[in-house]
Amino acid sequence: MTVFDAPNSYIGRSIPRPNLSRLTQGRGTFVDDIELARMLHAAFLRSPHAHARIVKIDTGKAARLPGVVRVLTGTDIAAVFKPYVGVLTHLQGMRSPPQHPMPADVARCQGEPVAMVVAESRAQAEDAVEAIEVEWEELPAALDMERALEPGEPVIHPDFGNNLCWERNIDTGGVDAAFAAAHAVVEETFHFGRHTGVTLEPRALIADYSKAEEALTVYYSGQSPHMLQGTLASRLQVQEHKVRVVCKDVGGSFGIKIHTYGDEMATCAAAKILGRPIKFIADRQESFVADIHARDHRVTARLAVDKDGHILALEMDDLTGIGPFSMFPRSSGVECNQILNLTGGPYRIPQYRARGRVVFQNKAMMCQYRAVGHPIAVAVGEGLVDLAAAKIGMDPAEFRRRNLLPDDGYPCKSAAGMRFEGLSHQAALAKLLKLMDYDKLRAEQAALRKKGIYRGIGLASMIEVTNPSPMFYGVGGARIAAQDGCTLRLDAAAGLHCLTGVTEQGQGLEAVMTQIAATAVGVTLACVRMHTGDTDKTPYGGGTWASRATGIGGEAVLQAGIELKRRVLEIAARLLKTKPEELDLVESKIVKRGTSEQLMPLYELTRIVYYRTNELPDDIQPELVVTRHYRVKDYAFVFTNGVQASYLEVDTDTGFVRLLKHWCVEDCGRAINPKLVDEQCRGGIVQGIGGALYEHCIYDERGQLVTTTMADYLVPMPVEMPEMEIGHVETPTQTSALGAKGAGEAGTGGAPAAILNAINDALAPLGAKVNAQPSTPEVVLKALGKI
Amino acid sequence: MPERIGITLKVNGEEVRQEVPVRLNLADFLRQELALTGTHVGCEHGVCGACTLRVNGRIVRSCLMLAAQADGCDVQTIEGLAASGEIAALQNAFIEHNALQCGYCTPGMLFAAADYVAARRPPNREAVREHLSGNYCRCTGYQSIVDAVCEVAAQDATKGGHK
Ligand code: FES
Ligand code: FES
Repeated sequence: MTVFDAPNSYIGRSIPRPNLSRLTQGRGTFVDDIELARMLHAAFLRSPHAHARIVKIDTGKAARLPGVVRVLTGTDIAAVFKPYVGVLTHLQGMRSPPQHPMPADVARCQGEPVAMVVAESRAQAEDAVEAIEVEWEELPAALDMERALEPGEPVIHPDFGNNLCWERNIDTGGVDAAFAAAHAVVEETFHFGRHTGVTLEPRALIADYSKAEEALTVYYSGQSPHMLQGTLASRLQVQEHKVRVVCKDVGGSFGIKIHTYGDEMATCAAAKILGRPIKFIADRQESFVADIHARDHRVTARLAVDKDGHILALEMDDLTGIGPFSMFPRSSGVECNQILNLTGGPYRIPQYRARGRVVFQNKAMMCQYRAVGHPIAVAVGEGLVDLAAAKIGMDPAEFRRRNLLPDDGYPCKSAAGMRFEGLSHQAALAKLLKLMDYDKLRAEQAALRKKGIYRGIGLASMIEVTNPSPMFYGVGGARIAAQDGCTLRLDAAAGLHCLTGVTEQGQGLEAVMTQIAATAVGVTLACVRMHTGDTDKTPYGGGTWASRATGIGGEAVLQAGIELKRRVLEIAARLLKTKPEELDLVESKIVKRGTSEQLMPLYELTRIVYYRTNELPDDIQPELVVTRHYRVKDYAFVFTNGVQASYLEVDTDTGFVRLLKHWCVEDCGRAINPKLVDEQCRGGIVQGIGGALYEHCIYDERGQLVTTTMADYLVPMPVEMPEMEIGHVETPTQTSALGAKGAGEAGTGGAPAAILNAINDALAPLGAKVNAQPSTPEVVLKALGKI
Repeated sequence: MPERIGITLKVNGEEVRQEVPVRLNLADFLRQELALTGTHVGCEHGVCGACTLRVNGRIVRSCLMLAAQADGCDVQTIEGLAASGEIAALQNAFIEHNALQCGYCTPGMLFAAADYVAARRPPNREAVREHLSGNYCRCTGYQSIVDAVCEVAAQDATKGGHK
């Protein structure tokens, strides 16, 4: 019997999260809720131009305004904060110049901070920002990624000679022959607009530098406290162990709150200069112009199939613009890299050729946002699959059945070189079709078409990168931990403290870790107390990103729990004069193994260990604390798989898309808390739908972002969203004892493809198709030739 | 115009007298002057609903109202609403259905939900979605919130019928 099927196991149960009562009472602690003595507030002057030389900054008038403590420019910050370079060495050939928190010479996108005011209140700081006088010399801007590499385009970093940041090519060698021999070939160019995360709590940070201790404490709304600690220590030249990063409640992150933002770094630098705590809270307009953006890809791709509908080859070309720099320390090449790695990933594809190019441009910086690359890879792959199925007259579900990797064919390797340990595409598809009653839905669709109602069904199979090894970042030289740790400590009254390096952003991590810890040790849920998000307290770890928290952080908890239980039973056996194998620890009681007969409550044992050590044999260490770290070894990534379906209706007069229903079958290995997995899927799907239908960072021809309010940049509202039905297949990973893979991003990764295919399915009888996201009414009406 | 103005109002049943900058909005007043940080600010331009609370019994966006305009008003924040016990069933349903992830939208969402429940409206999913559409949630995808509100609305139905 394993720890999972013990009758007292909490694993696989949908227990409610322990931290929710607080949040439903308005008793959370988000960064802006924290007040420190003598705290100051920062506000930034941002470049109004896409590309402009800073000829002169006059801060005199601003500095004299009430409440203003200091006005700082890029030069002031550069004196204490070393520049950073956002490249990863394993993305060979990638280049990006050194970047400063605030440039002293040239602003390279609208919204880039160029001066900061530190004042007694935010309002006073903002008043003073208005009074800073800057003399600008506007420079020609490189805005359009499609033209960024053309001769004659302005070159953003003249030393580089052109605007190329990175290029990657994959070629299995036989692509041309496969296309030449194909029965049918389909080709499409897809456009994916820029969008951004819109965490409801904007980016936020308080930096507090103690000159007496030469120590920096940062209260931070973020995902990876240890990563920020490393960045700040190395750039600000503070000893790393004297930098403390504390993350309390985080109001959503989604990959937004994990990057090196100039405004945040400048705030930390200013705190070091002034020796007083400084708070910076981005307002919504700042969030739109200065949070990282994502997507913005143009992909041209083609697929070759034989007469039975078997895929022969896939070829694609991806182009993406990332703003003026590659983001430190994760780089802005990863989304493109993922697209090359993942496109067509669910299928057996004998031949594959791909090119990806990442270019600089004078727009806001792009970097990793939830599901990095997946929405594009899946939409391109699934879009081609539907086109091919249509071309040879095959039902798209049947086409997938023929081409998806077989469930008994693992381990195996994809054309792009990804190694798969164990997936369940066929089972997931079968389950999905049943869940949605596919045949009945097709019949309904056909009947309604006769009445002039255009409904579409879109399918999307996918793989998702989770539980990454150091192959993601560490090998490329980034100080980003791929391993994660957990300390479990039983206190004198048998309370179990669980300290973990992974962090809570609302996904339910504290519940999941509580369940694993309580199960592994054998205590009740109620006696577990979680500690996350504090570099002074928790074991070193990577934090929450790439759907790694449960799979990697959770395994560390499990291993620590197993060892702690072993120690408890060893001590109990000595006290009870029996053998450890005769005992068990169940719900905080020492029992006779296999029975519920209590021999001793756990608190009695902890009392002896802490207070009456005289009763312990001399060779027993009074030590009820265990730390374990875990890393993924055998695979670069532990992939999950899933499949989604969308059912929607297109109004062919207005171009509006009405979402009727969404289904998702997900295989994330062992589900620790199925309800939380479902909710990650649902929340993720809605973010994916946002990018597919509404969300768009739109720039005008001068490089000005025009969508800077939530009235202009549309995020999904309740009334537009469909009901979502979620199903599961469980294929636990063998790379860990826990068997859990990630679940945080698949929803976002797959939904855009399902929506795209469903719209095109609806439009098919009209001979129209869309190939751009967001697929706004305008895009749909253009496709229909109505505007 | 004077820079500061004296106001007297009731906040969660307690009288507050304070001199405030005339340009200070109600959300910032509650958060910064009274340390009632349960009221969240997500956009400061009236779209996201995170700052929703009650003024004189009606739900308003506290980022769109000046503190000065609250002079003489009866203001209830999430701290007061939670302490009153009025939304205990909603809070439990939110927890049970995991109708919050990060919890940043939750105080405003609870006010909007309480408004629906208090009006004794039926547990109709479409109507609940419509009613909550001024409150954005970036995490949940909304379904669990609709589940929670409908559950409480249905409990109310068994107690006393809907309008
Ligand atoms: S903060 Fe008031 S509506 Fe968004
Ligand atoms: S729970 Fe995060 S915004 Fe709603």
